[in-house]
Amino acid sequence: MERTAIEQVYRADYGRILARLIYLLGDFALAEDAAQEAFGAALEQWSLDGIPANPSAWIISTARHKAIDRLRRRAAFDSRRDEILRSIENQMTSEETGEDSAIPDERLRLIFTCCHPALALEAQVALSLRTLCGLSTEEIARAFLVPGPTMAQRLVRAQRKIRAARIPYEVPSSEQLAERLDGVLAVIYLVFNEGYSATAGDPLVRRDLCAEAIRLGRVLRELIPDDAEAAGLLALMLLHDARRETRLDAAGEMVLLEDQDRSRWDRAQIDEGLKLVEIALTRARPPGPYAVQAAIAASHARVPRATDTDWREIAELYAYLLTLRPSPVIALNRAVAIAMAYGPTQGLELIDAIETGGELRDYYLLPAARADLLRRMERWPEAAIAYRAALALAQNNPERRFLERRLAEAEMRAAR
Amino acid sequence: MQYMLLIYEGQRPPMSSEEQGKLIQEYAAFTQGIVQSGHFKAGDPLESASTATSVRVRNGKTLLTDGPFVETKEQVIGYYIVEAKDLDEAASIASRIPSARVGGIEIRPLRKM
Repeated sequence: MERTAIEQVYRADYGRILARLIYLLGDFALAEDAAQEAFGAALEQWSLDGIPANPSAWIISTARHKAIDRLRRRAAFDSRRDEILRSIENQMTSEETGEDSAIPDERLRLIFTCCHPALALEAQVALSLRTLCGLSTEEIARAFLVPGPTMAQRLVRAQRKIRAARIPYEVPSSEQLAERLDGVLAVIYLVFNEGYSATAGDPLVRRDLCAEAIRLGRVLRELIPDDAEAAGLLALMLLHDARRETRLDAAGEMVLLEDQDRSRWDRAQIDEGLKLVEIALTRARPPGPYAVQAAIAASHARVPRATDTDWREIAELYAYLLTLRPSPVIALNRAVAIAMAYGPTQGLELIDAIETGGELRDYYLLPAARADLLRRMERWPEAAIAYRAALALAQNNPERRFLERRLAEAEMRAAR
Repeated sequence: MQYMLLIYEGQRPPMSSEEQGKLIQEYAAFTQGIVQSGHFKAGDPLESASTATSVRVRNGKTLLTDGPFVETKEQVIGYYIVEAKDLDEAASIASRIPSARVGGIEIRPLRKM
């Protein structure tokens, strides 16, 4: 009973609790240790005294006492010790009583510190999952296919840098905010993509990353409700994730978007995503890259049958996205949309042009897209060549098996 | 909190005296700015890396070698020590150093002993 209550508080409120503690203690590592200790103490105390009225406030207050104990035990030559002790004790006398009052939400500071550009990107990701989602180092290591000690070292190093270089614990000034927010969005999206395109390792563990990214997206949206791109990113993730059950068949084989069983898409999540897309598209003019990508996902999510897809709209959205984020991968997506809207010949021409650019030389989806268009045109021998080229580049097994099946079909038809 | 701003630059193409004068003026204006704002603690340009000497003591023996400690394309050409409230403020100061546009600035917090 108490254990479930504690787990609930941990799961729901860890980020908020830790954010508050870092604010109060001014020290990442100390706040984390104290929080862990307080949760440990809750396990004992709550089974004796029952669950407190405000469990999170109880944890924070207990953690502060634990932090003071820890600091007192620290060697006296640690120059920061007295400074921190004094500031905690000052705060405690002024606001010690507030067990029932709401805990100020300091998570936005925490997000910006975790995603500070002075930290390595992989450290930003790990730190965000650890502090905001309360994932253990082991869990993060498993999700990113990194040995536990490597991940632990990465986190320790990041925390040390935050302290030694004094990376600020605050929301950036307004002139820096947009740029820094881009970094935060990128970190969240990276977490999502790690889970979404989970192809190696334990797919279940990796899929959790999508849920964590969505959680982070929700937190961000809650903290900055007026930001269009935060809404766009959340919409994008919700709409993609709504298809999760249909992307693999019972045998674990890849199912293409057009072949997915749309009745099994997560309706509630799509509805939520569609609402957010509207907000993202109307609040910022012109809309930003996440809003546009969400609009593309929405265009797919909205139609009950793949054959109803409005490829012209999607091609236009990709064309606009290309102006925001020039990239050959987006150009390739646009080429496919053009092919679907106006016929494969036009698509093939665009793909040829992208290939000439040379940037996607090692990208298996380029020959795979070409192969698919040739397949639709029933140009089987050429399709077989393109599938072979894709297979030479494809890395992960479900994708390889998919391409092998298509190659076999093309070869069989070509032989006829 | 104090930070050392190490100014790195690669080999510049030879500058006209006019360009040189402009650069010196930019540095003077920048330095004056951070002196007035109270961020400046110290700062100097360094003679070129070709004048550097490295010292190592091994088995009680002092070895002098010609050249900088690490040979790289970009070398330290000067430094500032500034007082800043946090890394963001230090980075914003560093970004205004004229050499940031051609080379780069490494920000290192000073460790308090």
